[in-house]
Parts: sequence; structure tokens; C-alpha cells
Amino acid sequence: MSTNTAMIEKYRNNFLKEVEANVEEGDWVKMCMQCGVCSGSCPLGKHWEHPPQEIFMMIRAGKRDEVLSSDSMWMCTSCYNCIVRCPRELPITHIMHGLAHYAKRLGLAPKNQPTMKFAQLFWDNLSKKGRVNELKLGISLYFMNGFGEGIKTSLKMKDIGLGMLKAKRMSVAEAFGGHSVKDLSGFHKMLKKAQELEDARLTQHG
Amino acid sequence: MTEVVATNETILVVGGGISGMTAALEAAEAGKKVVLVEKRPYLGGRVTQLYKYFPKLCFPTCGLEINQRRAKMNPNLTILTMAEVTDLSGEAGAYTATVKLSPRYVNDNCTACGDCADAVETEVDDEYNYGLTKRKVAYLPHVMAYPQQYVLDPAIIGSEDAEKAKAACKYDAIDLDMQEREISFPCGAVIWATGWQPYDAAKIQPYGYDRYANVISSVEFERMADPKGPTGGKLVRPSDGKEAKNIAFIQCAGSRDRNHLLHCSRICCMASLKQSTYVTEAWGDDADVSIYYIDIRAIDRFEDFYHNVKSNPNVRFIKSKVASITENKENGNPVLNGVDTEGYNRYANEHDLVVLAVGMQPSVDKDSFPVDIVVNREGFIEQADGNGGVFAAGSASDALDVNRAVQHATGAALRAIQVVNRVAGAEG
Ligand SMILES: Cc1cc2nc3c(=O)[nH]c(=O)nc-3n(C[C@H](O)[C@H](O)[C@H](O)COP(=O)(O)OP(=O)(O)OC[C@H]3O[C@@H](n4cnc5c(N)ncnc54)[C@H](O)[C@@H]3O)c2cc1C
Ligand code: SF4
Ligand code: SF4
Repeated sequence: MSTNTAMIEKYRNNFLKEVEANVEEGDWVKMCMQCGVCSGSCPLGKHWEHPPQEIFMMIRAGKRDEVLSSDSMWMCTSCYNCIVRCPRELPITHIMHGLAHYAKRLGLAPKNQPTMKFAQLFWDNLSKKGRVNELKLGISLYFMNGFGEGIKTSLKMKDIGLGMLKAKRMSVAEAFGGHSVKDLSGFHKMLKKAQELEDARLTQHG
Repeated sequence: MTEVVATNETILVVGGGISGMTAALEAAEAGKKVVLVEKRPYLGGRVTQLYKYFPKLCFPTCGLEINQRRAKMNPNLTILTMAEVTDLSGEAGAYTATVKLSPRYVNDNCTACGDCADAVETEVDDEYNYGLTKRKVAYLPHVMAYPQQYVLDPAIIGSEDAEKAKAACKYDAIDLDMQEREISFPCGAVIWATGWQPYDAAKIQPYGYDRYANVISSVEFERMADPKGPTGGKLVRPSDGKEAKNIAFIQCAGSRDRNHLLHCSRICCMASLKQSTYVTEAWGDDADVSIYYIDIRAIDRFEDFYHNVKSNPNVRFIKSKVASITENKENGNPVLNGVDTEGYNRYANEHDLVVLAVGMQPSVDKDSFPVDIVVNREGFIEQADGNGGVFAAGSASDALDVNRAVQHATGAALRAIQVVNRVAGAEG
């Protein structure tokens, strides 16, 4: 049984409960009074199919598939405008990231969602050496949508890349291995431990 | 100046708004000695600054006049204006109150002829009109002010204007040597009726009250609608004096908001519904009112009023708390930005004028009561045993409309009477 099916079984018809139990800061959702300030305050609001206020209502209305497969919460750039203005002090930004993370975990996040892809690339890049390898991250980002587009983007960004090399913000040497944290094996142990803790939490919580 | 004769059977009322006046009159008419202490130079408090009352749309002056007559006729009542309680010590049945009396520089000879005001030149911001106009430094706070006596602004003492005012008075009513005084007297019970103040709209940063001329507060709009107010009752824009027909009201401006006031101020929905009738009355079919709200709280009997306003095709209701206000630089129109809750539609609506329905907060800061008193999270006075013989009346206890404030004040008078009756019983 997939995790998704297990969750559907466990929280039958009560998506709000499911969110409260599994999504970061999810127990705040019920505090929303539907005033709309968050949606109106989001600088990227136009690009959300369902702005935060609507997402919160959809959760309460049990629209599980629509919410978890939505790309709306992936639009959040963590600007925190909504959090500072919400009259109920909901940690909206964190809930949006929590929902996105949960959707990905269940395999319901929209395929090819660029924010999600970038986040994965960033994580894969960072977790190797404990330091971001700007060169490799940049290149993998350019080629995220295939070889042809990668070449095009690279050419377009050429001047910026050269500028960064000049200003020593990026180094060609990074192509060969790249720099890392001092205690690399310690860093990897830490990540492994964190993963174990998270896995234990998930098996316990469901 | 009035001398105060008081005993432990006297009731002290602090604040002479509609609540304090009511409590003082009820107690005095029940035969108790009452001293009423009011900070302003006149009685009536904030209702004197309203144009009309909901729900009946009658004029506040009417009720005030009746109360003023009751006050004039009652020998049990001593009224001290320009007075503040600075200290209160003792316990229920045996308090000593200390009151600071600021000089009015005008005595009881004043006939309110206004010659002193004509004689002086200096003008300052008129607090009665929330600074929307200027007033002379010799002034009657407002036409219906009770007592009907002029006041000299302390700022002019020692200036040429002070001498001009004195010279102009035919009744020898101006006394430039009056000094601030402090008096102490006993009392058995205290009614605290210091009322409310509007929440500072400038603190709601995204609404730009301090940045955009055409964003005003609801208390200012009351003054604007009043024919005796700063614009002679014309609804116009502060920026350019243009007629304001397309007017937006923003509800819960600073209320029900953990960043501002936690509580629902309870009267502002009704205040905006009432003010929308000012607009439809002024402009008829040209009126274009938009009310932005989270939910309309026209409590119990007021539901009718809401439905009446709602049936007017010139009043629109938009279910949304406005996220921010920007300004169209070309015409000075405020632009309201947000997303509504009925369809999640994004809007950027222009209006001539925006009125922020600001919340009510206690006028006395919770740390500056001169006596130990139990206040709630919002700073309103709680009914509590720990308060001894001190009782709140009216909007010092909660955000209340006039009707509820007056009922509450009558209850407070009864509680105070019970305390001084116990004193009388004990003293035989
Ligand atoms: C925009 C708006 C419109 C409104 N319209 C209506 C309406 O149409 N109908 C309605 O029923 N209600 C209306 N209200 C509510 C109404 O204003 C209040 O119910 C009413 O003012 C309460 O009276 P009060 O005596 O309790 O307080 P206040 O009017 O605030 O009176 C308190 C008095 O105490 C004095 N005072 C304060 N501190 C001290 C001190 N330390 N020492 C001595 N004196 C002090 C003040 O000077 C004042 O005179 C409206 C409110 C707002 C904001
Ligand atoms: S601002 Fe807060 S209360 Fe208002 S809709 Fe958004 S989350 Fe809900
Ligand atoms: S009375 Fe209306 S406008 Fe005022 S705080 Fe309550 S809901 Fe908001």
C-alpha cells in the first residue's frame, strides 16, 4: 500500500485532521477567518491558482486531491508579507512549504513543477559537500528542461557567468569536485542521523 | 471656582461622557451626593462629536440637552470640568480623591457672547474636529458645549492675545491669574467612566492613513458630515476639496487583529452602515458606497438597519479585508487592493475617499489608573471584587454603543449606591 493510500484510509473524509497531523504548522489552518489579507498581500498572488485563503478553505472542505496536486503553494517565495499582516497570525509561509513538502512525499505534487525541481537540485547539490557548488548548480539548473534549452539559457546567461567568475563569486575549479565543509564525513553522518529521526517520526505518526 | 463639600457617602464619577453623566444623574436623582470630574472643558464626551446616532438617526444633541437640564436642576450634583483625578487612596466606603483642576481663565460671569474670541488672533488645531480645522485660542469648544462658557488656551497666557481677550470682555469674566489647583475630598464609591479613544489609524501601515490625504478615519468622517463641522457638512476630499461620491469603508481597521486590537469593537459595523446613509442622503442616486468587510456584525436589534442599507442599490458590500492601499498619483484616488472571499477575485478598486472604521480602545492606558483596578487583556475594566468600591461605567468597560453604555452606567450607579448605603447604615 502506498503512503498516499494509507493516508486516505487513515483520515477518511477528514483532510483537515490529516493536514493537522502531517503538515508543518498544519494545526493553524482552522484558525483562518477567511479575511483575504494574505491573498491580497502576496506579491506573486496573480500566479496562484488558489491563493492561501482559498487553500485553507479547500482543506476544510476536504478537497484533498485538488489541494495536494495544486501548484499554488509552490509559488510561495517566502517573502513573509502574509505572515506579518494576517490578523490571526497564521504562519502562512510555513504552512505553504509544509503542504508542498507533504504533497511531494505522497507523490502527488505536480510533475515538472519548476520550484520543486529546483529544490531537489539544490538539495542534491548541497548534501554532497555541505557547500553549494554554484557552478554545478547553475549548469544543472540550465539543463533542467533538456539539452537544447540548456544551451540556449547558458548562452543567454553567459555575461552574468563571466562576471561572477571575474568577481570570484564562482570558480571554474568547482567543476572538478568542488569545495566542501571541513569534516565531510561528520556532515554526512549528521544528515544520516536526521533522516533516521525523520523516518522514525513518520512510521510512528503514519 | 466650585468648592467641593463631600463625605464618605459621596459618589465620585470620573469622566463626564454620556456614561458618566448618566451614572452621575441616576445617583443624584436617587438622592445621593455626587461629584462629577471631567477632563475636557465640557460634558458629553465623544458623542458630542457624532453627527447622528444609529439606529434612529436622531441627533446626539437632543439626548445631551435633556441630560444637561437634569444636571442643572439637581442640587446633589457638583460638576468639575478641566479636572482630572490624580490619586485615589483608601478602600470601599472610605476613599480620598485628589483632583487636579486646570485653569479655564474664564469665570462664571461668562455669557458666551464670544467677544473674546473675536478679539484674539492666534489659531491652533481644533481637537473637537480631530485637527481638521483650526480654532481661536479663546474659544467655545462647540456650539452646544455645557457649561456654555468660553475657555482660554493656556498657551496664550502672558501674550498680547490674553490681554486683548480680557479687554474685549464686557462682563469681567476673564481672570488671567487663575492657577492650577489640587483639591482632596472624601468619597465612598467611585464610578470610572473615562470612555474610549479611536485606535491610531497610522499604525495600520498598509492603509497609509499618514501617507494618503484621501484616507481618513471614521471619527473624522462624523465631523465632516456635521453641518456645523469643518466642511459645513459637505462630503469632500481633503486633498483637493472635490466632492466625494464614490466612498469606500474599510471595516475592522485595527480591530480583530492580533497586530493591533484583539477585540471586535462592536460598533464600527453599525457606524459604517450609518455613515453610508450620510453618503446616500447627500448624493442620492449619484452616491456610490462600497463597504469592505470580514463579516457584518450588526448585533441583535440592528439587523433591520443592516437590511435597510443593504437594499439600497447604491451601497455595495464586498466580503474582503483590504490588504493594502496605494494611490493613483494622477488623481489622488486611493486604490484598494485585495482578494474577495466570494469567488477569490483579485481587485484593485479606485475610490474618491476611503474611511477607515477604526476600533475603540480604552482611553486610559491600563498602567496609568491612579488606583488598583482589574483590567482585561484589551485594557477594559473588569467587574471584580478586587476593585473594592470602584465600578466601571460605559465604554471604559467594553466597546459599547450609547444604548448599552447608558444601561451599563445605570447598573454602575446602583452598585455605587449600595456601597454608600452601607456606609450610611454603619454610620447610623
Ligand atoms: C465612528 C463612531 C461612530 C459612532 N456612532 C454611534 C452611534 O451612531 N450610535 C451609538 O449608539 N454609538 C455610536 N458610537 C459609540 C459611542 O461613541 C460610544 O458608545 C459613547 O461615546 C460612549 O460614551 P462614554 O461616556 O462611555 O465614553 P466617552 O464618550 O469616551 O466619554 C468619556 C469621557 O471621560 C472623559 N475622560 C477621559 N479620561 C478622563 C480622566 N482621566 N479624567 C477625567 N475625565 C476623563 C473624556 O474627556 C470624556 O468626556 C460611535 C463610535 C464611533 C467610533
Ligand atoms: S490573512 Fe490569515 S485569517 Fe486572513 S485569510 Fe489569510 S490566513 Fe486567513
Ligand atoms: S464591529 Fe464590525 S467593523 Fe467593528 S471590529 Fe467588529 S466586525 Fe469589525
